[in-house]
Amino acid sequence: MVRLGFHRNVIRLSLLLGIIGWVGLVTINLLIQFARTHDLPSGFKPELALVFLCLYLLSVSVYYRFITGRAERVNFIDLLWRVFATGLLATIVSLAIYLFYLLLGNSPLASKVLLLSFFFHVRFGLFAAFIISTFMVWKQLILYQKSKRLILLWQIFEYSLLASIAFVFLPDRQGVDAILLTILIPLFVLGIILSVNLKWVAYLDFRQKWKSISIMLAIAVFIIYYTLELYNEVVALEDLPELAVLVVNPFIFATLGFTLVYSIFSLLVIIFNLPTSSVFEQKLEEIINFQRLSQSSQSGYDISQVYDILLESAAKAVSADAGWIEATTNGTPQLLTKSMTKERVEIFKKRLQANTEQPEIINPLPRPRLQRQDYEQRQRRHRILKLPEYRSVLWIPLVVKNNINGTLVLLKEVSDGFNKEMVSIITTFASQASISVENFQLMNETLVNERYQEELKIANRVHRSLLPNKPITNEAFDIAAFSEAADQVGGDYYDQYQINEQKFIIIIGDVSGKGTSAAFNMSQMKGVFHSLAPLDLAPDTFLAYANSALGRCMEKTSFITASFFVVNTQKKTISFARAGHTPTLYYSRRKQQACYLEIRGLGLGIIRNEKFNQYIEVSEQQYESGDIIVLYTDGITEATNQQGEEFGFDRLREVVINHAQESSKILQKKLIEELYEFCNHEPLNDDYTALIIKFT
Amino acid sequence: MVDVRTDFEGDSCLITINGEVDASSSIYLDEALEKAVNADVTKILVDCQNLNYISSAGLGVFMSYIQELEAKNKKMVLYHMSAKVYKVFEILGLHQLLTIVETEEQAKTGADEI
Repeated sequence: MVRLGFHRNVIRLSLLLGIIGWVGLVTINLLIQFARTHDLPSGFKPELALVFLCLYLLSVSVYYRFITGRAERVNFIDLLWRVFATGLLATIVSLAIYLFYLLLGNSPLASKVLLLSFFFHVRFGLFAAFIISTFMVWKQLILYQKSKRLILLWQIFEYSLLASIAFVFLPDRQGVDAILLTILIPLFVLGIILSVNLKWVAYLDFRQKWKSISIMLAIAVFIIYYTLELYNEVVALEDLPELAVLVVNPFIFATLGFTLVYSIFSLLVIIFNLPTSSVFEQKLEEIINFQRLSQSSQSGYDISQVYDILLESAAKAVSADAGWIEATTNGTPQLLTKSMTKERVEIFKKRLQANTEQPEIINPLPRPRLQRQDYEQRQRRHRILKLPEYRSVLWIPLVVKNNINGTLVLLKEVSDGFNKEMVSIITTFASQASISVENFQLMNETLVNERYQEELKIANRVHRSLLPNKPITNEAFDIAAFSEAADQVGGDYYDQYQINEQKFIIIIGDVSGKGTSAAFNMSQMKGVFHSLAPLDLAPDTFLAYANSALGRCMEKTSFITASFFVVNTQKKTISFARAGHTPTLYYSRRKQQACYLEIRGLGLGIIRNEKFNQYIEVSEQQYESGDIIVLYTDGITEATNQQGEEFGFDRLREVVINHAQESSKILQKKLIEELYEFCNHEPLNDDYTALIIKFT
Repeated sequence: MVDVRTDFEGDSCLITINGEVDASSSIYLDEALEKAVNADVTKILVDCQNLNYISSAGLGVFMSYIQELEAKNKKMVLYHMSAKVYKVFEILGLHQLLTIVETEEQAKTGADEI
């Protein structure tokens, strides 16, 4: 805001000073001239008028410098219009003065020197303003595409030009011409160098170019007309020497010369650029279309819209008469046509297919190593073919993820209608479209994946809810449990059930395999357990029923291992059976020893008939206070470290013996800690579960 | 990873397992066993000398052929099994259903006793 205020103030101040400068200049010059015609002493030195002249020129320069908008913000035509308007105003005023004198005819007023002088000042003021405003607009055009070097060059030019205003003070009019030349020549050279910066012309479209030509022409005419007018006047008003210095000075010369040269340069360049402007426009459009294609995956288009853009922009880029795209989108074939019916496409397709069999028409560009390319690769290259109706046919495969996903065909009535540049731009378009389509597919896949992840999270929640959330608390024993799945869901299972005050059932199970399929079988196991548990069955009967139930619903290769315990807290006995599960570790406090309960058994689902029963045996034993039962799955004993060593049965026993005096909770924590340490905290690749029951 | 080789010799099929049979590699074992079971042989000898590890999925593959072998009256014998791997079979109870012997000779004679 501060800068903006400063800006505005500079403009106002320079306007004010400009007016003061001009009024001062006119007043003093007129007074001097009045005094001279009446042979009076004027009392003013002519140098004072020069001071006002300098003030005027400087102020006008500053004014236009600040008021001219930048070309990036204002468009070129607007800028040119502004210059044109200033020029027009100045010219109209000049013409009006001319008309005024014409009307005066031979009246005595017409020969009044002072009036002539006044009008000269008016025209000079307008002329200076016009060329300075033009100069400032040219500056914006030149600096439209700037480089550091260009800016530096321009600054040198502009400041030395402004500095040259001071040369009006040179007293000796005789020697001025030499000095004038020494200043003017380098300035002029610099101006010419700067004048070749005409890059803005390239950004004009065809209509803008025509407009620019007319405006430029008008500006050039204004400048030339005005210059001739003023210098004729100076020669005519020989007896008023004060007037000559206004227009005959290095600043005006240089500014005038530069603006005129640049106008002529621009004019010529625009004229010569006219025929190629359509090419530039097309290139620009190609870039925009290319951008649309590349951004299509982000801007909410779908795949068929991408192909739509491709067909439209490709047809436009090579001015094809007709064309089509045939592609598979999400598994469904799709046909997009341009300037032809679908029926005609089918007819052409058949004919083209017959056509492609002839190898001599294929391969328009010379490829030295074509022989080494196999047919597959040749399929992926574009071809130029011929049909009677369309004498040039460009056939381009759309390759998405290394598969030919479709074809783009462009048709032209003229023969040899596709040159090398066209083929390359269309190929680029096609590959960009393919990338967009690929992005779409990737995005869709990501979405599907995310949905799966979400589903798995739900599965994980459900899976967790299948395990008891709180172990049974009882004065006879306490239980600590730990279970972790290698994937989101797993096949490890444990559960508990209280039959009556003194009878409890505890089960641990392990489904073969892991992941989702294991989790399904694990949930079946849970269903079986809760159906059978209230029946208060003996361990072997329980397992026989479970085998029969699970055998009916599990896959051929699946089985479940389980250990089944009935704890009687009144009799202080445990009765158990093992269905192929890892043997239970039993710690006896009295013996201070732990051993695995070896007992015959067979996994559930291995034999799916009555024969199963004969492989199961039941064992019963007394327990004492302080005794510990450790139930676990093979994920623990088979956990391997980096050396390929298994955690094993012995380590498990060691851990239990070493921490036997601790509570079940702490013992379980120690076990997990040691297990993780053994595996060096690498994630385990199996499900693992431990259940520790300590009798009190 | 695992490498399962199948060689046919007269009325017997020799399957040699090299490496580890886990959830992902058990499919190769399954393929080999299926080939052997459906082939015109009566004896299937499985050399487990270089079987370093077998997961429950691998056991499931052996298990799934037990009833089919019985029905087709074919005999499968596993031999040269390491103690560690044998233990896995033993815990599950599969040693009661499969014939597991120590040497190749025992395997050959064992397979003859149908």
